[in-house]
Amino acid sequence: MTPSSSIDTAGAAPHDEHHDHHPSYLVDGTTIKSWLLTVDHKRIGLMFLFFILLFFLVGGIFALLIRVELLTPGATIMDAMTYNRTFTLHGLVMIFLFMIPAIPAVFGNFMLPLMLGAKDVAFPRLNLASLYIYLTGAVFMLWGMLNGGLDTGWTFYTPYSTHTTTTVAPVMFGAFIIGFSSIATGINFIVTCHTMRAPGITWFKMPLFVWAIYATSCIQVLATPVIGLLTVLVAVENLFSFGMFDPARGGDPVLFQHLFWFYSHPAVYIMVLPAFGVMSEVVSTYSRKNIFGYRAVAYSSLGIAFVGFFAWGHHMFVSGQSTFDAGVFGVLTMLVGVFTAIKVFNWVGTVYKGAVDFKTPFAYFCGFLFFTVFGGMTGIALGTVSLDVAWHDTYFVVAHFHFIMVGATIMAFLAALHYWFPKMFGKTYHEGWGLVSAALIILGFNATFIPQFLLGNNGMPRRYYDYPERFQALNVASTAGASLLAFGFIIIAMYLTYALLYGKAAGKNPWRSKGYEWMSEAPPPTHNFVGPQPTFPEEPHFYVDPKKAEVPDAV
Amino acid sequence: MSEFLNNLLFLPESASTFAERVDFLHHFVVGTTMVMSAGVGLVALFMFFRYRRRVPAQTTEYVVPTLATEFLFVSVPLVFFLAWFGIGFRDFTWVTTPPKDAMDVYVMGKQWMWKFSYPEGPNGVNVLHVPANRPVRLLITSRDVLHSFYVPSFRIKMDALPGRYSQIWFEATKPGTYQVLCTEYCGLSHSKMLAEVVVLPQEEYDNWIKDQRRGRLQDRQDALADTSLVPPVARMVEQGQVLAGTQGCLKCHSVDGSQHIGPTFLGMYDRVEKLDDGQTIRVDEAYITQSMMDPGAHLVSGYQNVMPTYQGKLQGPETAAIVEYIKSLRTPNVREGASEGPAYDPIQ
Repeated sequence: MTPSSSIDTAGAAPHDEHHDHHPSYLVDGTTIKSWLLTVDHKRIGLMFLFFILLFFLVGGIFALLIRVELLTPGATIMDAMTYNRTFTLHGLVMIFLFMIPAIPAVFGNFMLPLMLGAKDVAFPRLNLASLYIYLTGAVFMLWGMLNGGLDTGWTFYTPYSTHTTTTVAPVMFGAFIIGFSSIATGINFIVTCHTMRAPGITWFKMPLFVWAIYATSCIQVLATPVIGLLTVLVAVENLFSFGMFDPARGGDPVLFQHLFWFYSHPAVYIMVLPAFGVMSEVVSTYSRKNIFGYRAVAYSSLGIAFVGFFAWGHHMFVSGQSTFDAGVFGVLTMLVGVFTAIKVFNWVGTVYKGAVDFKTPFAYFCGFLFFTVFGGMTGIALGTVSLDVAWHDTYFVVAHFHFIMVGATIMAFLAALHYWFPKMFGKTYHEGWGLVSAALIILGFNATFIPQFLLGNNGMPRRYYDYPERFQALNVASTAGASLLAFGFIIIAMYLTYALLYGKAAGKNPWRSKGYEWMSEAPPPTHNFVGPQPTFPEEPHFYVDPKKAEVPDAV
Repeated sequence: MSEFLNNLLFLPESASTFAERVDFLHHFVVGTTMVMSAGVGLVALFMFFRYRRRVPAQTTEYVVPTLATEFLFVSVPLVFFLAWFGIGFRDFTWVTTPPKDAMDVYVMGKQWMWKFSYPEGPNGVNVLHVPANRPVRLLITSRDVLHSFYVPSFRIKMDALPGRYSQIWFEATKPGTYQVLCTEYCGLSHSKMLAEVVVLPQEEYDNWIKDQRRGRLQDRQDALADTSLVPPVARMVEQGQVLAGTQGCLKCHSVDGSQHIGPTFLGMYDRVEKLDDGQTIRVDEAYITQSMMDPGAHLVSGYQNVMPTYQGKLQGPETAAIVEYIKSLRTPNVREGASEGPAYDPIQ
């Protein structure tokens, strides 16, 4: 092929010449078909980003409706049935359509091959299939929501979910289908980590984001089949009165809870482990330091993934399970806390003797640190069996999981979005607005959920449409916080859209990061690296002056 | 001090022995959580400032933790977490093991009300009367979906499950009225499934029971509630005796200790029986209920699995009445050991 732009000097910008042979993935094919049928991991990641943001908006609107309804006891803007559907759909959309795929499917997809020096994931077509499987499942779920919606809560507890007259089956079936997307993505990432690492990248030189995604993928592959089985059983029970969980037919409702939490507890780590991975990258980049205790952080991801499978019973301390079980699950819950603590201490240690540049992603790192410590330790508090007796199914639990699961994940999602925005789109955003909105979101998040911790202490149960008068003040405070949070998100949406359209060109590596993914162009060409296979002699995030001695300081 | 901390943390008044027991741990755990998150936050803020960037492409030292540092990172949280767990689990065992002299109350949740029945006779809808300073064991079940019985001031909670009994106990320390909330989502009016516990001094409680047994229906606090749900006042044992006859229990179970197709009711309660798989089981309320609902689930060695299920044929209060009836047939001098074999010789 003859290079055309070297002849055509009339309209071409100077940098076009440079990129002529290897256009960025964004412009390499501009037809709709070239996007919809692409097997490029970066384009698939971007398409996931589009749909995930869409569902985040839907889930967020449900959240605001809930908060407005709870401004006053009794009816505020909707009736009890609508409220019950709203909190169910808020949970379902946020968990299955936003948080589980959020970081792995968007940033995992985009960054994993770049961080491993690979041209793509191991199975590019499976990767595309996982997008369409996700969308098919989402269509089923949306169809179910629009045709009646369901009022079971996202936990689908039987026998209520098998008796309710609302539309359970299509939504359950949608969740079942989405499970396959999750499994396909997981397998793809595991195989990619095993087989596609570039020369020089040994297991213990993989970026920590890759370690986190690897651990997440293991959970996805092992746990998701159980929820798949369970959603089918409940759908069938709902449609044909199977009797699996119905004591009137010899079934057992507690069996449902065991199966449900066997998936849904590890699912918490599917959401939060990638967040931990993102933060390991962010803290290294902005403090220009190697991760303090790299191996400890890598192993603790695997540790969380493993122990996370054996802690599910802590959701069932007052469900009628035996006292002995409660003890076993309680102890194992403490281990998850220890693994998380290792990570937290090592992140703080990373800043030690570093060189901190307080940019937007780093602001999210600060928020993340607080949400993880406070949210994580309230998790330990809930795992302290006797305290859970009072807290179980109250707003304390709601606040706890919004802190650790949602807070940490949202912080990481936004940090990743800002940190990798120049990498993905080649544009820069407005730093000032970035910091303002980060402050608003962190503040708004605390203002929303700290009152909910107190509500839980005060005894307000979750999923309450109506509540006794004495809970109103804290509910109003929480709603005020939620509006602050929403405001922060609106600002982000505005300046990022502006940056996408009119942002200044970012250059190859605006953060001067030594993460592996920054070694290619920004935005990268379709096959990630131009020329021969790149090699990676240094470990990621190695910021030591080459002139200095290579003997590491030990602290 | 404790009062002050409770107010600070929005904890409701503590009105049971269990509440007094766990509130200390609550303050300890939540306090440490706040100190730790503030601590990590302050250390981080200090470092962000102390190690701020001075040159854009600044290089840094290569710092790795020593083994001792990593050991500290693991051991400090582990010690705290295990200590909390130890205290917490001890208290949990305490609250799930009712004392022997506890008074029994049967609790049944249904969409969307709570029903309380006393072995001595009276029933109540949405109002539970208990004496102060006396352990009360709640035997909780549900007629439809899952519910959960929660009294914030007592810090207790237990799920109500259809087809079986779960139990929890409390000892109220102060006379007064305390709210009961349902904490397991149960449908449209989940948030309206409220009830109250009225704690009375012992004498007042005795008078109340007497009044109830006299059948002063017009004065009853729950008379405004759905009276169709309140069966005529009779001792649960008597109800159970009638039911055992009408439901056909006595066709296979004797009440005088004689052997028949099923085990005799006499002295059955609280006996330890050997199962087919070699395990042993204590015949308590939960096991009796399970045997009525799912007779084959834990078959006592030597018996055939021939009993039909009573799931759907007996309602919650009826089950409770039969259980009470069986409990009333407890005689310490009949037999102590496990059942030795089948009650009758099959025809050859």
